[in-house]
Amino acid sequence: MFYREAGDYKKTYAEDTQTFPIKLDRMGYYAILAIALIVIPVMLANDVGGGANYWANAILLPFLIWAIASIGLNVLVGYCGQLSLGSGGFMAVGAYASYKLMTSFPDLNIVFVVILSGIVTALVGIMFGLPSLRIKGFYLAVATLAAQFFLVWMFNKVPWFYNYSASGQISSPTRTIFGFEVTGATATPEARYLFCLALLIALAWVAHNLTRGRIGRSWMAIRDMDIAAEIIGVAPLRTKLSAFGVSSFFVGIAGALFFSVYLGAVEVGEAFGIQKSFLLLFMIIIGGLGSIFGSIIGAAFMVLMPVLLKNIMVGQLGWATDIAAHFEFVIVGALIIIFLILEPHGIAQLWRLLKEKLRLWPFPH
Amino acid sequence: MPATFFYTIEVIANGLMTGVMYSLVALGFVLIFKASGVFNYAQGVMALFAALTLVGIQTGQVPFAHLINTIFGTHYDKFGWQVPTLVAILLALGVMILFAYLVERLILKHLVNQDPIILFMATIGLAYFMEGFGDLMWGSDIKKLDVGLPQGGNLWLEGATAGWAEGFYGFYLDNLDMWATAIAVVLVASLMFFSNYTKTGRALRAVADDNQAALSVGISLRTIWVIVWSLAGFVALVAGIMWGAKSGVQFSLSLIALKALPVLMLGGFTSIPGAIVGGMIIGVGEKLFEFSVGPYIGGATENWFAYVLALLFLVFRPQGLFGEKIIERV
Repeated sequence: MFYREAGDYKKTYAEDTQTFPIKLDRMGYYAILAIALIVIPVMLANDVGGGANYWANAILLPFLIWAIASIGLNVLVGYCGQLSLGSGGFMAVGAYASYKLMTSFPDLNIVFVVILSGIVTALVGIMFGLPSLRIKGFYLAVATLAAQFFLVWMFNKVPWFYNYSASGQISSPTRTIFGFEVTGATATPEARYLFCLALLIALAWVAHNLTRGRIGRSWMAIRDMDIAAEIIGVAPLRTKLSAFGVSSFFVGIAGALFFSVYLGAVEVGEAFGIQKSFLLLFMIIIGGLGSIFGSIIGAAFMVLMPVLLKNIMVGQLGWATDIAAHFEFVIVGALIIIFLILEPHGIAQLWRLLKEKLRLWPFPH
Repeated sequence: MPATFFYTIEVIANGLMTGVMYSLVALGFVLIFKASGVFNYAQGVMALFAALTLVGIQTGQVPFAHLINTIFGTHYDKFGWQVPTLVAILLALGVMILFAYLVERLILKHLVNQDPIILFMATIGLAYFMEGFGDLMWGSDIKKLDVGLPQGGNLWLEGATAGWAEGFYGFYLDNLDMWATAIAVVLVASLMFFSNYTKTGRALRAVADDNQAALSVGISLRTIWVIVWSLAGFVALVAGIMWGAKSGVQFSLSLIALKALPVLMLGGFTSIPGAIVGGMIIGVGEKLFEFSVGPYIGGATENWFAYVLALLFLVFRPQGLFGEKIIERV
């Protein structure tokens, strides 16, 4: 009744190809943008309700950064069908690239640092994507584990990457945009939040347009049946490597933000271990493979759920933290299985079904 | 002969035996993959869970003690009895069979005909679930597992071979590793016998070959899956005992599953002898690499060497050493 495309006429080509063709979607999107860009930063800046730092650090920043990373992994796994378990390693590449760039070129603006780290990661990703031309499926998944373990080992063992610091840790210096600090210990939560949010919006827009264009369609062709795609003229080399490149670009940017904006100081084995690769994979499974919206929702889900569980079990019931942590494992595992059984296409598919229903509501056939 | 020559032999022998330990985990993967096409990521966690259960039963721990105490404010810890090792092993095996039944009932049954990738991800979920569940049930502290196997280096061998060369103090081989090798050989031989000469084994092979055809000649797929997962649970128990006796029962045990993956890639996902040979190649390769190149590039190369070796190998032979040739049709 309210949610419909009837009567929403498109008069120009631009109107027809816009990101949100349905009017109600568009309005909803603007409303969310307004809340995210104006209401939340104002609340953070004025510390409404107290605990602005907690909100930014426990929920908002991880959510934004993981959302970027999961869009990246979804490009590779959901759109191009190449299973990767090496995303933790690629995040580490982004983090260390940003660290080296920040310390070698102190005058370089942080925006360029982040984008350059993404490009460096993309190159590394393309290199590790080369075997995908020969091997497929699980074999490829295991091959990407090589990237994960090798990269983490390398950042641990080669002192040049952490500037020969005694602890082996890297920590991010203070950098500013338009005079506002976004990295370092003294950066305000709203500045860091807005920086990550701006990147997420820009990257999600890029990803959405990539996936519905020629490149995205060739990715999907390769995913659905690679040999058939090859026969109708989709070049597997270019397509697979471009998916690896784009995906790693996103994941690298997320890694750079994770290090410089969110954590501030990083020890590679702890921050970018194999667990992170799985976490990212869970995000896109629960959110929905092959959906940008799903990646963002999946990231929100996987960031919010542990916080919620911890608040209930430790905060309300007063249980020990280790029991809560074990319960988290049990619940995450069970949720993954339940999701795969009930809805293998994730929350994004539930959203699609809901929209279908809303179109006919309240008078279904 | 120079001492380095003998040391190299020692490294190779140790590598072979470590490789066998990897193969024990890889075997479980192969069994399940052959029969149901499921790539069971949870195999490593199954080994951990089996070992935890064994220790728990053996030492008479109260399951979920920590949780019960937290909720009801009680102080249960142990029943106060010791169960003989053999009985405990049989009971743990019973738990693994029950587990296999539940997996089939609650998960596999609902995921029939899904993409292999969906099933793979379901087993990752299963791995997470079991990890949390095992810790809740038996506690997450590091436990000592003692099933009466000899520990430590073999003194007789060391004494007998000492002085074979200038500056050589004899081969240092671990007793437990040698036992593991012997047990692995017996295990593989009996698995081969089982799958080649028994009726159930024949049914397993039929399902592996073509499950549609197997179904049409009256083989119950669901029963076969329970059997296969029970077998994999048994192999996991053996692997869990070996690894647990070697390095204690702890969380890192589940990570050996990741080490078993390159073993599988080398040997091929569908071949039982392949799992053994692949394990040995990986074991020897990583030990030799660490021994010869490791010191120059910072050590701890065992973390990644297996994966890179498997990666390079796959580029030339995508189906592994003994795997079935992958034929694709549009």
